[in-house]
Amino acid sequence: MNEGAPVRTQAPAASAGTIDLRSSPGRRASVLAPLDVPGAEVPADHARARPAALPEVAEIDLVRHYTMLSQQNYGVDTGPYPLGSCTMKYNPKVAETVAAFPGFQRAHPLQPDSTVQGTLEMLWRLERALCEITGMARATLQPPAGACGEMTGLLIMRAFHEDQGSARTRVLIPDSAHGTNPASVRLAGFEAVGVPSDERGLVDVGALRELVDERVAGLMLTNPNTLGLFEERIEEIAAMLHAVGALVYYDGANLNAIMGKVRPGDMGFDIVHINTHKTFATPHGGGGPGAGPVGVAEHLVDYLPAPIVARDHDGAFRWDRDRPRSIGRLHGFNGNMAVLVRAYAYVFGHGGDGLTEVSELAALNANYLAALMVPDFPLAYPGSPPMHEFVATGQALKKETGIKVTDIAKRVIDLGYHPSTVYFPLVVEEAMMVEPTETESKQTLDGMAEAFRRAAGEAHIDPDLLREAPVTTPVRRLDEARAARQLKLRWGAGATPD
Amino acid sequence: MLATIGRGSVGELFEQIPSAVRLDRPLAIADGVSEMELVADLQGLAGRNRSADDLVCFAGGGAYDHYVPSVVWALAARSEFYTSYTPYQPELSQGVLQVLFEYQSMICELTGLEVSNASLYDGATALVEAVHMAMRPDRTRVLVSAGVDRRALDALRTAGRGAGYTPEVFEGEAAVGGDVAAVVVQHPNVYGVLEPARERFAEAHAAGAMAIQIFDPLSLGVLAPPGELGADIAVGEGQVLGNHLNYGGPYLGILAARLADVRRLPGRIVGETVDVEGRPGFVLTLQAREQHIRRDKANSNICTNQTLMAIAAAIYMAWLGPQGLAELGRHCVSKAAYAAASLASIPGVTPVFPGQPCFKEFAVRLPRPAAEVIESMVGEGFLAGVAQPQAGNDVLVVAVTERRSRDEIDAFAAALRRVVAA
Repeated sequence: MNEGAPVRTQAPAASAGTIDLRSSPGRRASVLAPLDVPGAEVPADHARARPAALPEVAEIDLVRHYTMLSQQNYGVDTGPYPLGSCTMKYNPKVAETVAAFPGFQRAHPLQPDSTVQGTLEMLWRLERALCEITGMARATLQPPAGACGEMTGLLIMRAFHEDQGSARTRVLIPDSAHGTNPASVRLAGFEAVGVPSDERGLVDVGALRELVDERVAGLMLTNPNTLGLFEERIEEIAAMLHAVGALVYYDGANLNAIMGKVRPGDMGFDIVHINTHKTFATPHGGGGPGAGPVGVAEHLVDYLPAPIVARDHDGAFRWDRDRPRSIGRLHGFNGNMAVLVRAYAYVFGHGGDGLTEVSELAALNANYLAALMVPDFPLAYPGSPPMHEFVATGQALKKETGIKVTDIAKRVIDLGYHPSTVYFPLVVEEAMMVEPTETESKQTLDGMAEAFRRAAGEAHIDPDLLREAPVTTPVRRLDEARAARQLKLRWGAGATPD
Repeated sequence: MLATIGRGSVGELFEQIPSAVRLDRPLAIADGVSEMELVADLQGLAGRNRSADDLVCFAGGGAYDHYVPSVVWALAARSEFYTSYTPYQPELSQGVLQVLFEYQSMICELTGLEVSNASLYDGATALVEAVHMAMRPDRTRVLVSAGVDRRALDALRTAGRGAGYTPEVFEGEAAVGGDVAAVVVQHPNVYGVLEPARERFAEAHAAGAMAIQIFDPLSLGVLAPPGELGADIAVGEGQVLGNHLNYGGPYLGILAARLADVRRLPGRIVGETVDVEGRPGFVLTLQAREQHIRRDKANSNICTNQTLMAIAAAIYMAWLGPQGLAELGRHCVSKAAYAAASLASIPGVTPVFPGQPCFKEFAVRLPRPAAEVIESMVGEGFLAGVAQPQAGNDVLVVAVTERRSRDEIDAFAAALRRVVAA
């Protein structure tokens, strides 16, 4: 059992209903200052006829309700969260302290540059550090998440080729890639073409060679790849793409594995996006916000989204908006600033030496946990050593016991842990993708491994225990098919049969 | 641990990296520092900023200094919400899932529409997603009202470069042809003016196009909701719902639509269902729309979103309640009207749209470039508003939220009088 997580002997009560059920007509939490100017109304033809049916509750109702809901949720602060590909590391609290400084938190995005010199200098230093980590020349901090960073990089790719007078239509993506890659490629106006993996889980270089021609705008690659394995032939791959005038794009989803060890720029990548919420600090907040800065090599700097931070000769910082070859804007303002402050705190708190150690510990923890788990869940690609995460498979266990990895995951919940990612990447059957991150201790890793081992053992002797899990949670397994068939997406409305 | 994995050193774990590309020197980033040194560094940086904390804020343009009540972040920052991830394991995530379901419900109540997703990045990116929802193979033109915020329009132009459309800006009536996918109207518009949105949306529908409204969530206590005006999709900037200014982000992209279009909605959606014992519970639903299933056929590439901001927004909306929402709207209308009248009495300052009803922003023409006046007003202790150069470099748009007192408005008018006379 996980010592750090709340261990429940019986299921807590399910939710006492949604907040609207706590309503009482006329009750309210909000009190405004008295209106101290003459009252004015909007013209009748613009006016709202019926009030919006928001909940009518007092502050104490709010506090009890949302505190109760928070207690029905699991976070990294509750216990380990080994979701492969998501990088759920512990985030130091100091990042929260500094992001809440009024000079950052209360700054308006359209203030004159002269009044936000502190923020602009922070962004400038962060950009320099990101470029040092990735080996890029300049970076935009505007994209609010990795997927938007991908879009940014692909539009840069498009603009670059258009300027070369070359109409390219295809972007190559390994078959193990995250779904955002193909989705971004299509939205950027390209055709996504899959590149198969070889028997070691790496890019099939022979198959890639067949696909590389002058129709190709670029290749998107994660390295270590989505299976957690390092693409050893990266130089050859990059050279192959460059030889036909195509660009090589680095998806930074796994940058946390290689900081201080190898840089995308030195591997031959032209464009890099960084998921600051994975690589550095941001507490994820139930699925966001993040930030997805994009770095580029020298020949692509002109295409970066405008504006970017510039430093004048007198040392003053400003937004450089006059960038005629820029692809334009991808966000309403200049990015998820409060997330970038946290990234700064993480980068400069750890320092260059600390960031290198982060990658070392991430690899050590993943390899250690893998060693403990492989007797029950063999690696999907045992021919290549994993780096910061590993993909195991429950295929053999399923064949022997009929127990699926989803059952293992649910049983691990009852044993006090958040399970790993399951059924991703799609190219591995009964996939379990495990990323312990650098922040977990040996004791925690031992505990996690014990939970997986115990669940695997139970699959042989008491499979129903797994099929019925979880039983310690506020609700047990939920009927997802029904949720999609009989849509109920808001209170008040009945379910809509599909 | 090394013995367990059969390695002699941690360095061996990186041996598969070809030596030719390995970094053979330490990162050129200073060594790590203690927490107290880091705090001092960032305190220094933050201290070099001015902000709405020490300047009286009349700036708007998509980001507003509304009051954020203590209860919002006292609850949203609870670590079980704060440090969780996308609720892939619903049994461990009922808290976040239920708050998102409540968020979706309240956005529907607010907008008069039938479905809402669980958040997008911000208002500008929500507009892009709405336009992509409206696109059809035979309808690829997008008509955008001249009153739409130029940053949102820029974001749409950027996205159009990839997706193969160029937004067309129209003034007055929209000439909607059979090849138009969507007509976009911002109401209240970028100058604060109330638009004849009903007419524009009727024109869109007559030609079979979708009507998209960019709305201000806090206007909907006093203004008719998008669903009633005929909007098929409503998008808005949710920063105003309990989120801090944060120099532009993270904010909250709101997107609500009609039930008929639910399968074209971008991003996460939470649905209610039951568990094996028949108890109600919540899950992510209609996931077949999303990139992780549909890959290159997906309508949107969004994965990481702004859930935390949606959690704050849900708590804030419940804090407001129907009466608070209506009262807050009336305060904005009244204070903006008072401020507009005060500024109009300054020699050389004239309303850009005289006699036009506004919500919380209004536009004035100044005798000097707006950017210069804004700089000078900092010296007087004010963020005076935002420039809107597309309407002329002398145009200043002033925002007045419920936070601004009569004394502050009077002091603002007096300072502006001095500055434009100088």
